[in-house]
Amino acid sequence: MLAHGWGRYPSIDAKSFTFNSEVELRARLETISSGSAIARGLGRSYGDSSLSENLLSTGRFNRFISFDGATGELVCESGVSLSEILDVFVPRGWFLPVTPGTRFVTVGGAIASDVHGKNHHNAGSLSNHVSWMDILLADGDVARCSKSERGELFLATCAGYGLTGVILRASVRLQRVETAYIRERTIRTKNLDEVLDAFDEQAGWTYSVGWIDCLARGKNLGRSVLMLGEHATRADIKESMEALRPGPVRELAVPFEFPGFFLNTFTVRAFNVAYYGKASSRERIIRYEPFFYPLDGVHNWSRIYGKRGFVQYQLVLPKESGKEGLKKILRVTASKGLGSFLAVLKLFGKEDGPYLSFAKEGYTLALDFPITSSIFVELDELDSIVKGYGGRLYPTKDSRMKKEMFLAGYPRRDKFMEIRSTVDPHRRFESLQSRRLGI
Amino acid sequence: MSKSVLILGASSDIARAIAQKFGSEGWSLLLAGRDVEILSRDAADLRLRHNVDVAAFVFDAIDFESHKKLWDSLPGRPEGVVCVFGYLGNQEVSERNWYEARKTIDTNFTGAVSILNIAANSFEERKGGFIIGISSVAGDRGRTSNYIYGSAKAGFTAYLSGLRARLWKSGVKVTTVKPGFVATRMTEGMNTPALLTATPQQVADDVMRAYKRGRPVVYTGWFWKYIMLVIIHIPERVFRKLKL
Ligand SMILES: Cc1cc2nc3c(=O)[nH]c(=O)nc-3n(C[C@H](O)[C@H](O)[C@H](O)COP(=O)(O)OP(=O)(O)OC[C@H]3O[C@@H](n4cnc5c(N)ncnc54)[C@H](O)[C@@H]3O)c2cc1C
Ligand SMILES: NC(=O)c1ccc[n+]([C@@H]2O[C@H](COP(=O)([O-])OP(=O)(O)OC[C@H]3O[C@@H](n4cnc5c(N)ncnc54)[C@H](OP(=O)(O)O)[C@@H]3O)[C@@H](O)[C@H]2O)c1
Repeated sequence: MLAHGWGRYPSIDAKSFTFNSEVELRARLETISSGSAIARGLGRSYGDSSLSENLLSTGRFNRFISFDGATGELVCESGVSLSEILDVFVPRGWFLPVTPGTRFVTVGGAIASDVHGKNHHNAGSLSNHVSWMDILLADGDVARCSKSERGELFLATCAGYGLTGVILRASVRLQRVETAYIRERTIRTKNLDEVLDAFDEQAGWTYSVGWIDCLARGKNLGRSVLMLGEHATRADIKESMEALRPGPVRELAVPFEFPGFFLNTFTVRAFNVAYYGKASSRERIIRYEPFFYPLDGVHNWSRIYGKRGFVQYQLVLPKESGKEGLKKILRVTASKGLGSFLAVLKLFGKEDGPYLSFAKEGYTLALDFPITSSIFVELDELDSIVKGYGGRLYPTKDSRMKKEMFLAGYPRRDKFMEIRSTVDPHRRFESLQSRRLGI
Repeated sequence: MSKSVLILGASSDIARAIAQKFGSEGWSLLLAGRDVEILSRDAADLRLRHNVDVAAFVFDAIDFESHKKLWDSLPGRPEGVVCVFGYLGNQEVSERNWYEARKTIDTNFTGAVSILNIAANSFEERKGGFIIGISSVAGDRGRTSNYIYGSAKAGFTAYLSGLRARLWKSGVKVTTVKPGFVATRMTEGMNTPALLTATPQQVADDVMRAYKRGRPVVYTGWFWKYIMLVIIHIPERVFRKLKL
């Protein structure tokens, strides 16, 4: 079967295996006769992080195991999706501690990328909220690890991209919420300096993210909308509102390939509505779904980019050099007409513990580029800018960075490799990406 | 206690989806299958998600003698039974090896008859309840590629049809569900055509809908009804040349 990530590039002819217990997974691993294997969740990583000759799909391994209503500790199998957790636990007054911009990822996949959310500046990445996990190692053993028990294996497996083994079960601490609503504040800023300052001034908000209009130039460079959010309390919402009402279950498929301009028109329009709205700043109460998952309403939206697919490019620059670096990157992408109309900007908090975690203190920027004949050359040039400013790229969004670029950005790679070579000396677990990046 | 449903072969992918469906509507669940350790994991999951009572029981379809005991050990008489277990077997092996052929027939047909006879008599006596059997489009016409499995499913389909006629007078509803291709462990690696392949959740939705409407026979997806209508009517001399 032909498999690809969310960006639909690259694709590989792969065998896919499923399992519903570790016994079955072990048996499956034994039947693999050629090629490497890698765990696969919902395939929301954009590039080749979860592509290999053999895919160990957690699709059927998706049971809840236990929940402690006093502490919020949820134990589940790795194939459970964040979406299922929200459906079951929001009505009971609990929310994810950290969530990426889509709810259609698995717990295993989210841990393996050590995902961050709009609250990274105060909550850190997901690994901060994982109490322990069980991993099926290459030799078939199951290892329990946490920060205190086999701590190095824990730090290598979070943001380990499936290379230390298959995460079987994890215990994640949910956070209490009073309502299923968000108190959202939107602030319009004229340029990059203004939005970066606003991030600092508004650091007290739990959630923050900015949308940059990539087409703005000159003194408007970096013109943005900053979106801030807090979980609404019972007192924030109208008395007539049901605080924890379950959301609608949406299943909207995009059945065909859209022409390339569709998404850009869609997002640009949303941006304009926010930007040119009446007030320079406004506050409203909205449900959590549109706040966290604006694109999930359109299932399979990645097809919107058409058959050739697209690449996402997410970088982080250290805070000191970040302002200058971001300006340069915005200028270069706009002047080369690389086709990203909108970019997502966020201020990260402190670097997280896992050896290959992406987030570190500074600014992160995510851009989408449709695939064209020249795009890979252009991105190599962007890479050298990012490298020059001491930044790095997010592997879960990547399908093309060179090994040197990775090495420059991840100085703790050696520690990771030390653990990886003890738990998987024969490299049974490999992805196209791990081969390219030499991990 | 809320109404309960007994699911036979509860560890199958289709059965797990059916259990989720009934659980989400507040039913108590009785899960029966060969591996109780695995079933107990599903039981914990169902309790957590839906806040319903769930219990797990050992059940082997081809251990016929044990079936009565299983039925008697259930906590009360369930409102209904969904019979999901099945065994695809290996057609080529079945042609040469009687044990494989027999296992296919015993699992899909004999075992189902054995346990459902007991349920049927119990429901008939109570004058109420339902029985849903997961058969297959493979039972509509024997094909080169899987006629041992297909003939066992054909037997099961005929059995359910007769049972339906008999129990109708007692107010017991019997439904035959015939899936086409479903993406499960059974079909893993077979490269079934994506457009014709249903998810276990779709089968579960169809099962629930059929139960609520008291439908006698449903195909899932619905278009299989028409595909099979064509296949059944292909003249024999053409049929034998087709690689089906
Ligand atoms: C619209 C959209 C928005 C996003 N927003 C964000 C965001 O805000 N922040 C962020 O951090 N990310 C974001 N992402 C990226 C996404 O969160 C990650 O790529 C995530 O890892 C995808 O999870 P998955 O279950 O789809 O895993 P896959 O894509 O299938 O796999 C991802 C990686 O996890 C590994 N893996 C999967 N399951 C296991 C397992 N059980 N054991 C071991 N390894 C495993 C795979 O081998 C692979 O390396 C976004 C993606 C999309 C499509
Ligand atoms: N998948 C399809 O395309 C398709 C199409 C048409 C019809 N069906 C039918 O749908 C039903 C469910 O199958 P599935 O697709 O969900 O595949 P599956 O996951 O392989 O389910 C088969 C189930 O039957 C159980 N089983 C086999 N022998 C048994 C025995 N002796 N006693 C008790 N249980 C036994 C298995 O139990 P263990 O877990 O213990 O092995 C397993 O749970 C079957 O009747 C199948 O024939 C499937």
